[in-house]
Amino acid sequence: MNGARPHPLLPDDPRLKWALCCVAAVALIVLPFAVDALLGRAWVRIIDVALLFVMLGLGLNIVVGYAGLLDLGYIAFFAVGAYCYALLASPQFGLHWSFLAVLPLAAFVAAVFGVLIGAPTLRLRGDYLAIVTLGFGEIVRIFLNNLNRPVNITNGPQGITLIDPLAAGGVALNQTHTFAGITVAPVHGYYFVFLACAAFSIFISLRLENSRIGRAWIAIREDELAAAAMGINTRNIKLLAFAMGATFGGVAGGLFASFQGFISPESFTLLDSIMVLCMVVLGGMGNVGGVVLGAVLLTALPEALRYAAPLQKNWLGEVYVDPSDLRMLLFGLALVLMMLFRPAGLWPSTMRRRELAGGGNTHAG
Amino acid sequence: MPADAPLLAAISISKRFGGLAALAEISLTVGRGEIFGLIGPNGAGKTTLFNVLTGLYRPDAGEFTFDGARVTGIKPHRAAACGIARTFQNIRLFANMSALENVMVGRHARTRAGVLGAVLRGASTRAEEAAIAGRAYALLEYVGIAGRAAEPAYSLSYGDQRRLEIARALATDPKLLALDEPAAGMNATERAELARLLERIRGDGMTLLLIEHDVKLVMGLCDRVAVLDYGRKIAEGAPAEVRRDPAVIAAYLGGDIA
Repeated sequence: MNGARPHPLLPDDPRLKWALCCVAAVALIVLPFAVDALLGRAWVRIIDVALLFVMLGLGLNIVVGYAGLLDLGYIAFFAVGAYCYALLASPQFGLHWSFLAVLPLAAFVAAVFGVLIGAPTLRLRGDYLAIVTLGFGEIVRIFLNNLNRPVNITNGPQGITLIDPLAAGGVALNQTHTFAGITVAPVHGYYFVFLACAAFSIFISLRLENSRIGRAWIAIREDELAAAAMGINTRNIKLLAFAMGATFGGVAGGLFASFQGFISPESFTLLDSIMVLCMVVLGGMGNVGGVVLGAVLLTALPEALRYAAPLQKNWLGEVYVDPSDLRMLLFGLALVLMMLFRPAGLWPSTMRRRELAGGGNTHAG
Repeated sequence: MPADAPLLAAISISKRFGGLAALAEISLTVGRGEIFGLIGPNGAGKTTLFNVLTGLYRPDAGEFTFDGARVTGIKPHRAAACGIARTFQNIRLFANMSALENVMVGRHARTRAGVLGAVLRGASTRAEEAAIAGRAYALLEYVGIAGRAAEPAYSLSYGDQRRLEIARALATDPKLLALDEPAAGMNATERAELARLLERIRGDGMTLLLIEHDVKLVMGLCDRVAVLDYGRKIAEGAPAEVRRDPAVIAAYLGGDIA
């Protein structure tokens, strides 16, 4: 009884823990090559995108899952990070800064945007906060779309092309390299960078969750008034949640820009915000493991459903439903089923499970 | 400042809600180490006075001084930092956090670790976390619910939730503990236990400001009481004399009888 909770992702026995970590590490290193061989390179790319969404999901989880602030414009921070990278490492302004400088800057600028968007919404809660953040998210996208006149900054709807890849010491990740007989394609190289960043995001999230700051966030989610009466400066702690969440989004955005080599405002729509929120909610709000699971599943599911179209032809002999329609139909069905059978998420935090198991209020009994 | 100066002084505090004078020029002083009772019929303004004192509302007029400093209209978290801790009439715990975590949150204002400390978790942060958990557990023991430390707050019995709220308030290292109807909804045994706990807290050097409906409890526990009615203070003094005050009898039993 000393307040230290067991690690949410690992068993208690230290030897078992080490063995499990080693197995997981080897599996994660082999994964892109195995997937490449078995399913094709397109799936490695999907895994790369999933890792970016893990980062986004974890960032949004800080705002929504811990602090309980419903943010429907989260993709704006992803956009800010992506455009930061694109403007400072592309022919757009002829700047080609190193990612070592641009990514931290992208994180910082996104954090500033987090505070800017958070500050006017401090008094809002729930639905009202959601509407305002939704508006802010759209404003950012529309700005990016129109900042090409009178001075061309973002190149408007055409987007920014030829963005520099991640490169260090003469090795650029957009080329295929061969190390000791192993062919490392761009998607493989990016996989390891994204994996490292996602792992770091998981680490930060877990550390924050079990800290003074994390408890303050959760306390605000549970009862803002009581939190303030306990000496928590709710304004600063909420802004901190917005800034921390935005930081994750900013880094993910910078990585996304370097990975794609091209970005346009089209990549940062409301639907993308909703998608990230879906990952957090379906995976298990407030639980790092759940959010990771949600991000991976919801990235993979729409792609996996592409196989549904040939199946239709094979089984029924005819294509009755348009493949892309069928894909979204099944995706929607999957979401509905998940919410029906696992309302607290696939892997809920203990707190959420309590909440949905009939608690929720004090002196309820 | 001299040791016998009052811990808390309210000077002509007024608060209006629209046309309703919730508080009309309330003045009172609470001495160090005292249990000061605040009684009065429903709607008399007791909780409003708490809310104005702890920064939930700004008073329209008047001054609060606390421990020698002016604390009028400060923000709720500053009130806690100054040493004013409170509980709520309708229990406001962090329902889905464990009892222990609830009390740990109470240590927020007295600890420092920020984002960097949390992420790096160096020796000082680990020591601070251990101290927070240790202190929180000790406080649960102090109020007598240590056995339920790991349970979510909402699953605690009503009386235990009241105790948890007190433990959480004590975790802020207050100089003044303001309790809003701590005995509400308790049976006679629970009330007696609560009275013992409050005596013990006072015995350990705390000053208590107590809103309570249960006249018996107030009379037995408090050193001095103030009686509010319709936002005005109608009496103040030792419990025994206040009980004989005609204005108080009138307020409680109706004007015609007095």
